[in-house]
Amino acid sequence: MDTLNQELFGEPCTYKQPVKEIEEKWKLVPAFLKIKGLVKQHIDSFNYFINVDIKKIVEANNYVTCDADPLFYIKYTNVYVGSPDVDEGFNISKLTTPHECRLRDMTYSAPITVDIEYSRGTQKVAKTGLLIGRMPIMLKSSNCVLSNKSEFELAKMHECPLDPGGYFVVKGQEKVILIQEQLSKNRMLVEEGKWGAQCQVASSTHDRKSPTIVFVKGNKYFLGHNMFTDPIPVSIIFKAMDFLSDLEICEVIGIPDIHQLTPTLEECHKLQIYTQEAAWNYLGTKMVAKRYVTSASSVRTPADDARDALATTILAHVPVEEYNFKSKAVYLGLMIKRVIQAQSDKQFLDDRDYYGNKRMELAGSLISLMFEDVFKRFNFDLKSIADKTIPKIRASQFDVIKYMRSELITSCLVFAISTGNWTIKRFKMERLGVTQVVSRLSYKAALGMMTRVNSQFESTRKVSGPRSLQPSQWGMLCPSDTPEGESCGLVKNLALMTHITTDINEYPIKRLVKNAGLQDISIVASKAIHSPAAYIVFLNGNILGVTTNYQNMISIFRLMRREGQISSYASIYVNFLHKCIYISSDGGRLCRPYIIVQKGQPLLNQSHMTELEKGIRSFADFLHDGECDNSLLIFEYKDTPLSYRIIEPSYVEKVLVSTNEQDTTLIKILLRQTRRPEVGDKFSSRHGQKGVVGLIVEQKDMPFNEDGICPNIVMNPHGYPSRMTVGKLLELLSGKAGTLEGKFHYGTAFGGSKVEDVGEELAKHGYSYQGKDVFYSGITGEPLEAYIYSGPVYYQKLKHMVQDKIHARARGPRAVLTRQPTEGRSRDGGLRFGEMERDCLIGYAASMMLVERLMVSSDQCDVDVCNKCGRLGYCGWCNSCKSSGQVSSIVMPYACKLLLTELQAMNISPRLTLSHYCQ
Amino acid sequence: METVNDEKPRVILTEHKVVENFPQGPTVYDDHFDAKYFKKKLQIVVIRRNNTDMEFDLIGIQHFLANTFRRLMLSEVPTMAIDKVHVLNNTSIIQDEVLAHRLGLIPLKADPRLFQSVADVNEAPTEKNTLEFELKVKCSHNREISKKESSRAEDIYKNSNVYSKQIKWVPIGSQRSRFNESDVGPIHQDILIAKMRPGHELDLKLFATKSNGKDHAKFSPVATAFYRLLPDIKIVKPVEGEAAFRLQKCFSQGVISVRKENDRQYAVVNESHARYDTGCRNVFRYDDLKDSVVMSKIQDHFIFTIESVGALPPDAIFREALSVLKAKCSALLTELNV
Ligand SMILES: [Zn+2]
Ligand SMILES: [Zn+2]
Repeated sequence: MDTLNQELFGEPCTYKQPVKEIEEKWKLVPAFLKIKGLVKQHIDSFNYFINVDIKKIVEANNYVTCDADPLFYIKYTNVYVGSPDVDEGFNISKLTTPHECRLRDMTYSAPITVDIEYSRGTQKVAKTGLLIGRMPIMLKSSNCVLSNKSEFELAKMHECPLDPGGYFVVKGQEKVILIQEQLSKNRMLVEEGKWGAQCQVASSTHDRKSPTIVFVKGNKYFLGHNMFTDPIPVSIIFKAMDFLSDLEICEVIGIPDIHQLTPTLEECHKLQIYTQEAAWNYLGTKMVAKRYVTSASSVRTPADDARDALATTILAHVPVEEYNFKSKAVYLGLMIKRVIQAQSDKQFLDDRDYYGNKRMELAGSLISLMFEDVFKRFNFDLKSIADKTIPKIRASQFDVIKYMRSELITSCLVFAISTGNWTIKRFKMERLGVTQVVSRLSYKAALGMMTRVNSQFESTRKVSGPRSLQPSQWGMLCPSDTPEGESCGLVKNLALMTHITTDINEYPIKRLVKNAGLQDISIVASKAIHSPAAYIVFLNGNILGVTTNYQNMISIFRLMRREGQISSYASIYVNFLHKCIYISSDGGRLCRPYIIVQKGQPLLNQSHMTELEKGIRSFADFLHDGECDNSLLIFEYKDTPLSYRIIEPSYVEKVLVSTNEQDTTLIKILLRQTRRPEVGDKFSSRHGQKGVVGLIVEQKDMPFNEDGICPNIVMNPHGYPSRMTVGKLLELLSGKAGTLEGKFHYGTAFGGSKVEDVGEELAKHGYSYQGKDVFYSGITGEPLEAYIYSGPVYYQKLKHMVQDKIHARARGPRAVLTRQPTEGRSRDGGLRFGEMERDCLIGYAASMMLVERLMVSSDQCDVDVCNKCGRLGYCGWCNSCKSSGQVSSIVMPYACKLLLTELQAMNISPRLTLSHYCQ
Repeated sequence: METVNDEKPRVILTEHKVVENFPQGPTVYDDHFDAKYFKKKLQIVVIRRNNTDMEFDLIGIQHFLANTFRRLMLSEVPTMAIDKVHVLNNTSIIQDEVLAHRLGLIPLKADPRLFQSVADVNEAPTEKNTLEFELKVKCSHNREISKKESSRAEDIYKNSNVYSKQIKWVPIGSQRSRFNESDVGPIHQDILIAKMRPGHELDLKLFATKSNGKDHAKFSPVATAFYRLLPDIKIVKPVEGEAAFRLQKCFSQGVISVRKENDRQYAVVNESHARYDTGCRNVFRYDDLKDSVVMSKIQDHFIFTIESVGALPPDAIFREALSVLKAKCSALLTELNV
């Protein structure tokens, strides 16, 4: 075993020596991508859900009973997700393709069918293949018609062979579920809190999610949870967990200086709590009042509730069987120990931005949450129907399958994906913007959406921590690809070689660890847990036990992993500070391939690289227009043929007549325009040097050089000093030299042609080495005084074109409520005369102009006001005075009139007093 | 500097800018234009000429006049180009408007002087102002070649590429007798117009009319027409030895020669080759050389280059430009005399 340790760990003194570089190591990247692809994470995660996870969910919720009939039951025995199809009416369905769904505005989804066993009266009935809902199918996932198809087959289905998949087609729209970044669940996180150090655990099980927090206030230690109205001194919690003596409590916390716990322990004595029952009673008084009381809960005492809360809700992820709180107490003890350690040593504080503390939620796990929620609701609905219907005396027997409707699950899933609103009722979770429409502006943009990672921190928070680059992002998340502005640093992108794990079965890992010298937590004495030689072994945040030979355990674990005996994505590492071994097999961890180094030598060597190049081995083996431009615009018409107002003249490229899922006629028209660059269109070089066309000059007016060449674009040199885009200067110079020489120049920031060499090349061809030439004015014909820096630069037309933005309005539509002009070009809206513009007019004392802009040209309205009572009247009549005597007509903004009537609706009666203008 | 201050008007290329040698002297605007004197001074020397290209020197002329000729050649000398396309059938993948645009850019053989401009676009084309062509192409499988022999599109399909040579002239009225078949049609036979696959078909009627470059660049008779000023290089300080060879490299080939006399090697300007210097000013890279030489350009000596597109020979384009100017002048005079 020692030799094994030697092999895997090597000599610690050699750790600092550099490992020899493998030449052209980068060639591994394309080899890796060949077998993985960029959207593999999404597809893997979705495949895991429809093949494994959905079965687990149904199994966990497989039994439905009812209160009205004890014999009544439904039992789900199996669940399947089929192949995507469409209903052609008369219960005939045919297989569909994603493209058909896109065109016909349908959802690309497959039926979810179940096998059930249930009781009809006294009979036991079995049914198979019962439809309970439809599951939107991710493109290129295992159930998708596109998976494992050749290019030819894909082309036949009108699908681009290069399309990566990994998104859904919902109501004809392509939607991606963005990767959601979250803090990992069930892990201790020690931080600086309001009163000092605190240790937080976000426990999460299949049906519960709640944070538990241990913190120090003054010199006492408290536990906080949203089940309790106040923080509870930890000593009381221990007593409630049957750790009655102060010695036991101190042992399970396991700190050298027991006196630090004295004030906390004294709390129990102050409150006279010495028994478990007393503690439960005390906790019962601190419970948050239940919102609704059911018949079952009325017989329970607050102490019972407290006991159950302690077993199931507080630190919910730590299993408690038959109210044996041992493992939970050890866990809580360790939390307290961490807080105490962090109080004196800042090293013990964790970094919440560290990527080891984060988990990525992918499409599969998000849909899984959603599905479990609706499936529970589906079963609850069946139960309530049974409760209501069974007691009624009816001719036919109650047959529950008549009430099993597929709409609930279908519409919930479709709604969630199409709107991006992820509402999980049991976790009281509500998230917006989880999905986005796939951007098809370019292939790269579409790919980029699949690798996008969204942070769950609200972007309004002004802290820089979550936004800044974290060293642990190395190799996992791209350090440079993030948007500017409000979501800077919160929206990230996966690096090329990142893998995101799915859940791995814990059982084989537990067995392996046990065989590698683990002492189970249930048999270890509290004192031994904190002994200096002992290393606590965690699996996914739960304490498994203790080991005294950590090296041995890690060696065996890694060996078995490399042998393929356990999943290659199970990770293990030692934390010497915590004296813990952490094993993780949960889903959502960021992983990347490493090259194994033994005794300072990489196991992957140069011969492997040459074999890769020759194609003998794959990565798997190592593991085991100038003038015109086209732009496409899509308008949709539904049942109102061509009554839509066409803004610009365009060509009809394609017309599609079809029906959607509801069998209503659908006509889609694809319009095309050929556009010529005009003043105001935006162009850019590849150095962020964007700009709009200011003037289009005829060739005869353009300056020309001694070769008769005239420029296409004249750029203002003031664009350089502040932006410092040296790359553009270099692109021009080496581009010019390259065209003369007929070769390419390399011009990235990482090396390539030097300016001196390029200049030399230019001089060789009779050009100025500086790239500046004599130009003649096209207008006067004289040589220009300055020499002009000229050459080829690659320019792109950007999609912002004046034709799409040009807008003006004299009169037009108004908003119904306020009678003010509408807003925005699409609604033919007015241009806003805003607060700052208003300030200008006030500054000029141009009061008539103000009235004109803000009232006459906006929402002027004639109002009848009664000068006797001050209320509004109508048609020259005051309805409260029943008189027209004092009513006069005035003008005011409709918004003001609206305010007055709205106040009236709130039982506030505003009165106006009128006086003559000259008085 | 003294040596270049002769009576010739020059611009001098200094290190950072172009300066005139008589900055305070009379400008062209102060000159009294005397036709007799102008005639005496004006000199035209043709350096080379063929059907499409021509280089000639225009000496003793002011820059605004030279520039006027350049501008007129670019945009006001008319030619014929396809301006209207009737698409009877187009099942290829190229869009109608893009196809029409491409056809418009094809240079045509047709002497524009024999045609009139279309006065009203809505009027029916006449034999005097329009040339009609047709393009009828259909792509099909090539039965003679099996797929095994070749996989090139050119081999396995017929008419997979549509070229300008497939454009056929359709004479209107007496045009057949007035023009030869060989005088009308696309200048270049191998301009690729579209790519097609079996089942694709083009059936187009093309109408070429007369207009000028102001209207659309396709009507411009020249690829480009430009001029440059005659370079004049003077060595003001003797350059000897290694420096002489270095100086030689700073100019275009043949501009500087190194002469050997006794044991001395010194640089001299080869006057006959100086006109081909590109004005690259690379002497300014060497501190020891930059004051030894003065690079200047003669301001009234224009070296013109005309690159014709092919419809008109370059000398005819220049003559046409002159007649356009003449017409403009007489039009102005007529207007003034009213
Ligand atoms: Zn990147
Ligand atoms: Zn009244």
